[in-house]
Amino acid sequence: MAGQVAIGSRSGLRSALPLLLPAYLWLTVAIFLPLSAMVFFSFMTELPLSGKAWAFTLDNYTAFFSQGLYLTLLLASLRLGLEVTLWCIVIGYPAAYVLAKVLKGRSREAIFLLVILPFWSNGLVRIFSWAMVLREGGILDTALNAVLPFKINIDLMYSYPAVIIGLVHSYVPYMVLTCYLTLQAIDDSLIEAGRSLGASRLQMLKRVIIPLSMPGLVAGAALIFVPVVGSFMEPRILGGRTGTFYGTVIEDQFVAVFNWPLGAALSFILLAVVLAILALAAPVLRRAA
Amino acid sequence: MATTRILEWIGRLYIGLLLAFLYLPIIIMALMSFNASPFYQLPFEWTTEWYASLWQNDQLISATWNSLEIAIITTVISVVLGSAASLALYRYDFPGKKFLQALLFPPIAIPWLITGTAMLIFFFGVGIGRGLFAILLGHVALALPYVIVVVSARLQTFAPELEEAARSLGANQWQVTRRVTLPWIMPGVIAGGLFAFAVSFDQFVVSYFLSTPGQTTLPVEIYAAIRKGFTPEINAVSTIIIVVSMALMLLTARFFKFGGEK
Repeated sequence: MAGQVAIGSRSGLRSALPLLLPAYLWLTVAIFLPLSAMVFFSFMTELPLSGKAWAFTLDNYTAFFSQGLYLTLLLASLRLGLEVTLWCIVIGYPAAYVLAKVLKGRSREAIFLLVILPFWSNGLVRIFSWAMVLREGGILDTALNAVLPFKINIDLMYSYPAVIIGLVHSYVPYMVLTCYLTLQAIDDSLIEAGRSLGASRLQMLKRVIIPLSMPGLVAGAALIFVPVVGSFMEPRILGGRTGTFYGTVIEDQFVAVFNWPLGAALSFILLAVVLAILALAAPVLRRAA
Repeated sequence: MATTRILEWIGRLYIGLLLAFLYLPIIIMALMSFNASPFYQLPFEWTTEWYASLWQNDQLISATWNSLEIAIITTVISVVLGSAASLALYRYDFPGKKFLQALLFPPIAIPWLITGTAMLIFFFGVGIGRGLFAILLGHVALALPYVIVVVSARLQTFAPELEEAARSLGANQWQVTRRVTLPWIMPGVIAGGLFAFAVSFDQFVVSYFLSTPGQTTLPVEIYAAIRKGFTPEINAVSTIIIVVSMALMLLTARFFKFGGEK
């Protein structure tokens, strides 16, 4: 694809550099240097600001491993990520299949757009709108009591299910999008061939369709799992006191407790976990590309 | 094939349910922004009071202007820098190119919580501090990879022979870029710009860590308001944001096919 203009690689770099430099300089200043600084600060006792004395230390990391609290919260966040991802697969994959293989033409295009449209609205606002639906005396409560003959109290607000519902609502369009793209690429004649050779619907699904759409499933899972593990705003708004997760603890270190070095260490541990998970997903994704 | 037909109808029904799940809270919020009761009580009584009182809320208004300003500047900067980088990655071959392309993914893949806190630490450490300038620095960095990915995707459909033809007819590098390449990639550039605008305008996490009282954006202000307690003004402003974001998305879809080839 590339290199039609400059064959010699050295002269290629010389021509490319002026075009590349501004963008990559910006990324370096605003992303890569900050990430390196975070690693650096995580080994300090104090921030080296306004002349405070500081020293190198491993305390921020030993705090993570010696106090069970942080590890418990990290596990809780990983579990939350896993649960939300699974729900997104269960809800999103069939929808992607219907979109790719059942609907045709303009209706497919329109519905596809409708599915991914909410995900372009502000995430915070969507989470807040769930708060109105789920709380006691809220919409769900009022609506159910208007329909049902007996009185029930629905107060899902400030509970674990509320956090799950809000997060699944926010992230399920990712799963529909990535699965749709791989499902759509499966040739219909392949499915017809399998069927005419006597495979049942279930066999086709297990042997052909799911294996071929695996890259989309894995990509969607990675796109959902990673941000959910680091989520803090959704658990705060919908979870209340039950909404303490690893992300909210990191937030606290930066905006409430002001223990930045500990916050940096906790962030870095999260980054390491996230990168390890992405590395696990990479082979499947590379096979697809 | 009766079973096939039944299965297809179940499929359609299922999509309908999914759409209901996706839109229910949004529609309810929009309705409640026109409901008179400040505690979202039914029965529904029509009012535009909350939209009116929104105009009196100076904090929300100034945060909205900040958000718009930052989103527009972010769009312009990231489109210019991103398109230039995409062109370079498309045209030239050089050692380390694969590495540079791989570098675009960490900003997209790393949770914003980590990027945001890292920026906070670094900007504080080097004296940039917090505030609107820091937020702008962060937003451009978040938007750039999206612009580069979208514009590069458009460039993949560009026939390099066109550039060669123009060059052999005597056009210089700048003329080739301006008259041949840019018009072709324009849909990608516009789509990338809309992406950049959306990434910035909807950005909460990174803005949250980089804002100070008074120098803040709309989502940060909304978060603060939600945590202080519900007020229907948030519904009003949220409804406006959702309408704006969705309109933008529809515009993006016009320029950039998400559904792939038909």
